Amino acid sequence: MVDPVLASRLQFALTTIVHIIFPVMSMGLAPFLIYFTWKEIRTKQPVYEQLRRFWTRIFAVSFVVGTVTGLVLEFEFGTNFAAFSTTAGELFGGPLALEGMMAFMLEATFLGIFVFGRDRVSDRLYFLSSIAVGLGTWLSAVWILIANSWMQTPRGFEIAVENGQRIVKLTDPLAAYLNPRFPYMFIHMQNAAVESVALFMAGVAAYYVFRHHVWGYPIEHIDFWEKSLKIALVVLLITAPLQVIQGDEYARHVSETQPQKFAAMEAVWETDSYVPEYIVAFPANVNDLLNPRTKELFGIGIPGGASWLASGGNPQATIRGLESFSTKSPPVAIVFWAFRIMVALGFWFILLAVWGGYRWWRGELFEDDLLHKALMASSLLGFVAVEVGWIVTEVGRQPWVIQGVMKTSASVSPNLTGAEATFTLLGFVTGYIMLLSLYTYVVGRIIRAGPPSKDELTQSDTVHVRESEVTSGD
Amino acid sequence: MTNVGSLATKPLFGLPLAELWFALLFFIFGMFLFLDGFDFGVGVLFATRTDDHEKEQLLAAVGPFWDGNEVWLVVFGGALFAAFPSVYANLFSRYYLLMFAILAALGLRGLAPEMYEEREDDRWRTLWGYSFVIGSTVTPFLLGLFVMNWLIGATGLITPVGVLGGLTVLVLTVVDGAAFLGLKTRGALRDDMRNRGVRAAVGYLGGVIITLGSIYVTEPALRSSFRSPLIVALVILTATLIGIYVVALRRNRYYAAFAATAALVFGLVALVATLLFPYVDRTAGLTIRDAIISTLPLNLMSIMTSVLLPIVLMYFVVLYSAFSGPIDTEETYR
Repeated sequence: MVDPVLASRLQFALTTIVHIIFPVMSMGLAPFLIYFTWKEIRTKQPVYEQLRRFWTRIFAVSFVVGTVTGLVLEFEFGTNFAAFSTTAGELFGGPLALEGMMAFMLEATFLGIFVFGRDRVSDRLYFLSSIAVGLGTWLSAVWILIANSWMQTPRGFEIAVENGQRIVKLTDPLAAYLNPRFPYMFIHMQNAAVESVALFMAGVAAYYVFRHHVWGYPIEHIDFWEKSLKIALVVLLITAPLQVIQGDEYARHVSETQPQKFAAMEAVWETDSYVPEYIVAFPANVNDLLNPRTKELFGIGIPGGASWLASGGNPQATIRGLESFSTKSPPVAIVFWAFRIMVALGFWFILLAVWGGYRWWRGELFEDDLLHKALMASSLLGFVAVEVGWIVTEVGRQPWVIQGVMKTSASVSPNLTGAEATFTLLGFVTGYIMLLSLYTYVVGRIIRAGPPSKDELTQSDTVHVRESEVTSGD
Repeated sequence: MTNVGSLATKPLFGLPLAELWFALLFFIFGMFLFLDGFDFGVGVLFATRTDDHEKEQLLAAVGPFWDGNEVWLVVFGGALFAAFPSVYANLFSRYYLLMFAILAALGLRGLAPEMYEEREDDRWRTLWGYSFVIGSTVTPFLLGLFVMNWLIGATGLITPVGVLGGLTVLVLTVVDGAAFLGLKTRGALRDDMRNRGVRAAVGYLGGVIITLGSIYVTEPALRSSFRSPLIVALVILTATLIGIYVVALRRNRYYAAFAATAALVFGLVALVATLLFPYVDRTAGLTIRDAIISTLPLNLMSIMTSVLLPIVLMYFVVLYSAFSGPIDTEETYR
């Protein structure tokens, strides 16, 4: 029997970790789909119709699973975090309601037209539908990230006590909703989504390009995959450097607004100047290996690096240590390592983009098998980077659910029993393993089947997975 | 500090915003129950089909619509959270396991149409057919259970009134789905759906009367609400609409039948809202005025919603007109 507070936190962690995959897929695919639709209508080239139809299938599956898992999150604020919902509802409920009304409605209705309506509506309405779907996914992110960034840097409210409960009262809507963290978070997240999908697209396309050009298996739609690879590389060349540059500014903003989180990211225990930036660090004591709050560290670092990052160029700058805060530290090892994995991946993606761009420029894009293998191996790493990034954000703000206002331990439903919480937690663990397997299996089938063949195009929007192309029984 | 002026102190145009939001919540729930209701009904009726081509038609009928329809539930949750956060917190944590059961059932229903089309072999399709039927049957039943529990202020998960309400809502979705399929299908399939719709309509009338009776008998606290002339009017309206629905189906007037269904759903929602008023959470003893958020956020939400809801309704007009008329039998799900 797990304690209801711990079970609720684990359950929320699990349900968000799984859910974020699907919005990243939708938000990242949206700009690609708008581009494919526009080119299809303007150029009438079959390859763009193939691109639109193939990637729309993946979008549609992701959307369905995202809907199923997203509704869970909305409900969980009430089921598991009733105390938080009562306290913060006046500020936090509005953005969630507006996300449904303004964004999700737009996406869900026009996706119906976008997926099923190619033959039923005019080109113009069809193209508008692709924009509506994309706009819907991005507006969802606006409202959800407004809600989350307010928890990180709460503004525009005062605390009142009603019926013995502390209630957050909205006093300044603009300050609350356009809080300092929001722009950093929004740019970082949306760029991450596009970058992750570009990596995914490049990895899938590289697999086919590799088989065709390097191994010499004839692939029916090789022009389609070559085009996919090039488009993905262009997008990767733009998004990868932007992500690291903007991430650096974001981290500085965290050091100013959430110093305790920043200290955990850098594992700084004592307030100090000239703090090194550890590339890796391990507990000095073997006994502490499993203790996420261990203090004695042994690592390899760049002298003054962390100070230099936090201050934007001064290696002598002081960083507040975790010991200087009155609240308990977050689990430092988790935050520290998640941050390092994210940053390392960010640089790796830049390297990949430059490597691919160079090969393309030399005209060797389809010959370099090592590049193909690197792209294949990296196809899911964008999603990994998103996950560890959110772990830095959400674990790093502990013990606070609303920074400086409400503790996570006080936010759980008061009447929730350990039995109930444990039961649903186990249900989610089994259910979500099945759901993820199913999603992976279906997306895998779509990828193996490839795009619709050219003779199938523009007759109708029916895509039949030809059984002959798919090895059955896997 | 931005100047929020009188928005922070006075309700917009002096309107009774708390009561309006109470009404709006039930309107949103009604939209969900009417629109997603026919998807559920089609899912229940799916169980009566053995022919593969007919099954395809049923899935194709709801294909473009169901996800947009389900968003009304998302908006209902968000609006309840935004306007009555303490009620949202109380209800969802009080009926904890019920909420997750609803989510699981909705998940089965949502995955099914998408997955069904992914493979063509029998085992796979049987599996997702079951998923579609079970999800579409269990979801409306549990939603009815949830709403009735909310209405009577039940502390437990399963109550006699809740179970009766759940069954009533389930039958109502069949009434809804049959009328919708009357618009979407032709021939022998439509005739069969029509007959099932007529039977479901008679069952629904019985369900409403039995459920109301059981509330009157078991919940003394609600008896005074029954004296409201509105309740009597709504019951008479429901009976009249059932009559209209049956006659319309018999004469193959499917638009009329579908419109009658919409009115039936909103009639049921109005019944629940009238019986609950002025409470919004009977268990916690919270009236609408107790639970509503403060004036400033309420005004802002009211402004935003009055702009957005008409636009949202327009999306649905565009979607439904793009896919109006019967299913092209050549047109499969994707």
